[in-house]
Amino acid sequence: MSDDPRHAPRAGHGRAPDVFRPGAWVPMREYGEDEAVDFVIVGTGAGGGTLACKLAEHGFSVVAMDAGPYFRPLEDFASDEAEQSKLYWTDDRISTGENPIQLGSNNSGKAVGGSTVHFAMVSLRFRPEWFKSRTLLGYGFDWPLDWQEMWHYYHEVEEALKIAGPITYPWGPPRPRYPYRAHPLNAAAMALAKGCEAMGVAWTETPIATLSAPRGLAHPCVYRGFCVTGCSTNAKQSALVTWIPRAIAAGAEIRDLAMVGRVETGPDGLATGVHYHREGRWRFQKARNVVVAGYSIETPRLLLNSATARYPQGLANSSGLVGKYLMVQANQAVWGKMEAEVRSYKAPPSLAITEHWNYDDNKDFFGGYCYMSQGPLPQLWANTQINAHGLWGEPLMQEMQDYNHQVGLKIVGEMLPQERNGVTLAEDKDQYGLPVPRVSYSWCDNDKALIAHSLGFMEKALGAIDATDIWRQEDDTCHLNGGARMGGDPRTSVVDADCRSWDIRNLWICDGSVFPTVGGVNPSLTIQAIACRTGDRIKQMATRGEL
Amino acid sequence: MPDPGRYPGYDVLRKRHTPSWNDKTRQVVDARLAVPREPRFFTGQEMAMVTAIADRLVPQPRSRPPVPVAALIDDKLHKGHEDGFRGDGMPREREAWRRGLAALDAEARARHGAGFAGLPGPQQDALLKRMEQGGLSGPAWGGMPSKTFFKQRMAKDIVFAYYAHPTAWSEIGFGGPASPRGYVRLGYDERDPWEAAEARDGDAGDAQRKNRNVG
Repeated sequence: MSDDPRHAPRAGHGRAPDVFRPGAWVPMREYGEDEAVDFVIVGTGAGGGTLACKLAEHGFSVVAMDAGPYFRPLEDFASDEAEQSKLYWTDDRISTGENPIQLGSNNSGKAVGGSTVHFAMVSLRFRPEWFKSRTLLGYGFDWPLDWQEMWHYYHEVEEALKIAGPITYPWGPPRPRYPYRAHPLNAAAMALAKGCEAMGVAWTETPIATLSAPRGLAHPCVYRGFCVTGCSTNAKQSALVTWIPRAIAAGAEIRDLAMVGRVETGPDGLATGVHYHREGRWRFQKARNVVVAGYSIETPRLLLNSATARYPQGLANSSGLVGKYLMVQANQAVWGKMEAEVRSYKAPPSLAITEHWNYDDNKDFFGGYCYMSQGPLPQLWANTQINAHGLWGEPLMQEMQDYNHQVGLKIVGEMLPQERNGVTLAEDKDQYGLPVPRVSYSWCDNDKALIAHSLGFMEKALGAIDATDIWRQEDDTCHLNGGARMGGDPRTSVVDADCRSWDIRNLWICDGSVFPTVGGVNPSLTIQAIACRTGDRIKQMATRGEL
Repeated sequence: MPDPGRYPGYDVLRKRHTPSWNDKTRQVVDARLAVPREPRFFTGQEMAMVTAIADRLVPQPRSRPPVPVAALIDDKLHKGHEDGFRGDGMPREREAWRRGLAALDAEARARHGAGFAGLPGPQQDALLKRMEQGGLSGPAWGGMPSKTFFKQRMAKDIVFAYYAHPTAWSEIGFGGPASPRGYVRLGYDERDPWEAAEARDGDAGDAQRKNRNVG
């Protein structure tokens, strides 16, 4: 097999890479293409990777495919922003609308483990009321999930990832102590803390999915700071080093460099398997159930591209909502300079957080936001300066000289679900011959009000700690969610609470695209909690003969 | 005498053989330092234009070997690496660069009677400023918004190329590669011995002495 995991698959011939030991392998069960497996899962990120583990551990036969490579972090990952762009989904996409969103490095991963391989590891629970935001808070849509049940699954994920976090969390109902101790604060996080104290709001160490103590063969975080370009020491608890090794040990097969282009349906209207491209040709894997877990762009794209005479609008789309109500999260920032050296390139970028404005409802807009300390690496920082701050030439070079004194606060803010925001298929074709997704995004007035509120507050918080040269980065968004939402009514949702499609009962969707609303926290913990719940529900339904 | 800069004597490459650089990092940075200077995607004329634009966006001191910005962009386009998204009216990256350079050169000739690379700096800056604001829209743009080309493609590729280079890391006092050693001292004004020392209050000597021992 080739040494470059981007050119030839690594998983196969009865083995998969051992991500914990250089050059080593773990045994992996394999399934024939003509052998209908219980579940074929499309995507191995926070949704698909987690569900593959749960289903395999419950005794189902599972094949999980990912379009991306199977990396060995200890050998393949450099301490280098440019090289590590190999982790991003960089296939062609068109981004349009009044506020076109940035994709690629911003929110998309192409690797076994999905975007968890380069996520910032911030692992937060939803505010309980958000699961019933229409009923309790007057906006968005209610989820068909109960927060107390989700509290149970959040705990399961936090244990599975050994989240490092504070002893007591300042907001929301009581939660258990985090499994691993909180990380120490870097200077950027101390700046956030001091600003919160000056403004009279609470802050805490961010619950974060990187080890603060040894775990098995993985070492604690060394505060290298390249987190969002992939962790080369395995401290980061990505799906690649947590759920997927568990899934393989429980009998799942992972197929890397396997791009699924179409879900096949039979004469009875049920899904029969997936067409996928691997090693230079299209293949077909039979399955009794198909789970689509490609995240908020690839999931709608695949469902729309699988249209048939019987399902002319695409699969699972009798509601017409596949690819609609896409949501991103607001990601605006305020930046300034400190007299002291901050050197925010050290340690995970967001070690301190305030969720104050997620829990305080005395605001003139719906939804909430948290904000966190920041640590941009040089390429990203220079691009922010030239694109958002408008500096080039000598002013840019002068500004970059102050890199080690920069300090910043950045929100993860709730944008409201709007039908007009979404994913459709464009005329252009990608390298597999599949139609390129066209993503359209426009902010609504409430989104703009939330952004204005956050920028004003963070600007005061930086001013309160005597930062100078303060400026606002007004146009940025981050995580994707929605596009195939869950609900209690087949007419107004794509899947039910169990992530099972209303239209095709052996077709499931398990990733961030099922979110009806997006909340004001990073979504990965919630995606994984939903996947854990779905795995348990499938086992229960199978036991009762309801699959 | 050249300005010693904010981090006098600091060279991130001195850490190449320390526990801050793993094998993969050495391999990719070595390849970057050896990037071919002859273009493989751009024509010679395009290459000269990219160099001229980079000199305006990320001007470099003459006291050290320059970061080969145009060669790094040429390498990226030659290999076909893309961002993974493009705006409305934007072609894919290679086509965007080809068309954007031709359109900028056409604007330069129409306004000043000479190609962009041959214009004096202030005239180049004025054209780039107009492009940044979306004020260029001649037929050679083919409907591609000049502002989007500036922000999404040209400026981004130029700063990404510049700040991918160890010379730029040293210049801003960035710690650079850090695997597996990482860092220990995380607070305000806390510096690990393998990080750049800043010349403060005009005292370059102390910083220079510390920077000689970085490794």
